[in-house]
Amino acid sequence: MEGFYKDPSRRSVMIAASAAAAAVLLGPRLASATSAQVEAEIAKLYAGKALSEGKIKLDLPTIAENGLVVPLNFEVESAMTDKDHVKAVHVFADGNPNPGVASFYFTPMMPKAAAQFRLRLAQTQNIVAVAEMSDGTLHTAKREVKVTIGGCGG
Amino acid sequence: MANPTPRVRMPTQAKAGDVIEVKTLISHEMETGQRRDAEGKPIPRKIIKGFTARFNGKEVFRSDWHPAVSANPYLGFFVRVPEAGTFEFSWFDDDGSVYKSEQKIAIG
Repeated sequence: MEGFYKDPSRRSVMIAASAAAAAVLLGPRLASATSAQVEAEIAKLYAGKALSEGKIKLDLPTIAENGLVVPLNFEVESAMTDKDHVKAVHVFADGNPNPGVASFYFTPMMPKAAAQFRLRLAQTQNIVAVAEMSDGTLHTAKREVKVTIGGCGG
Repeated sequence: MANPTPRVRMPTQAKAGDVIEVKTLISHEMETGQRRDAEGKPIPRKIIKGFTARFNGKEVFRSDWHPAVSANPYLGFFVRVPEAGTFEFSWFDDDGSVYKSEQKIAIG
């Protein structure tokens, strides 16, 4: 048995075989966005700006049974006056084929920077929201949603 | 799918300066472009990519959508009503169509 473990060629063959098996198991999935892609999308909008946590209340189910219709409510703390209001809120998902979900552009005509809509989630993943305030500061919030049945058709 | 039909639910009367909730819904398949048909050919993307809300001609709220927005998109939000007037809601389809809905609000 000593020889079995010391035999490098056999060992590497075993490793290669298990890696191949894993690749087959993971293979037939849709290519999905990653958190790096979400960060790249945020950088495209607000390159080099600092994001601080908080101010955004993201209301999502912890477990979504049906990934095709996942309700999302959000509200950003703001006075919503001409001088101090939320300009935009962007929502991203890091496990869908594309990272973008939706963007919302607010005006002081709105008493609160809140909206509710429904989104599709292909798998368990993080939802990231970024809010841009009228003074240029950025806020972010992140929530994980576990998805029982993915919502990507197919 | 049949022609997308927008539906809007909001009060028809408010006091000046009141906050109202607007709930909108439009029937639309929001085809993502990720799916394939029975022969394995990709089904082309066809979604509503944008929504705007205008009050007496002035834009008060706008939203851009990606394929991750669910079919039959629902959108709820809040606006302040400064005076009597008309809200105009528009949905912009990938194929260039624009679906509109107008709602009058009176001050009383």
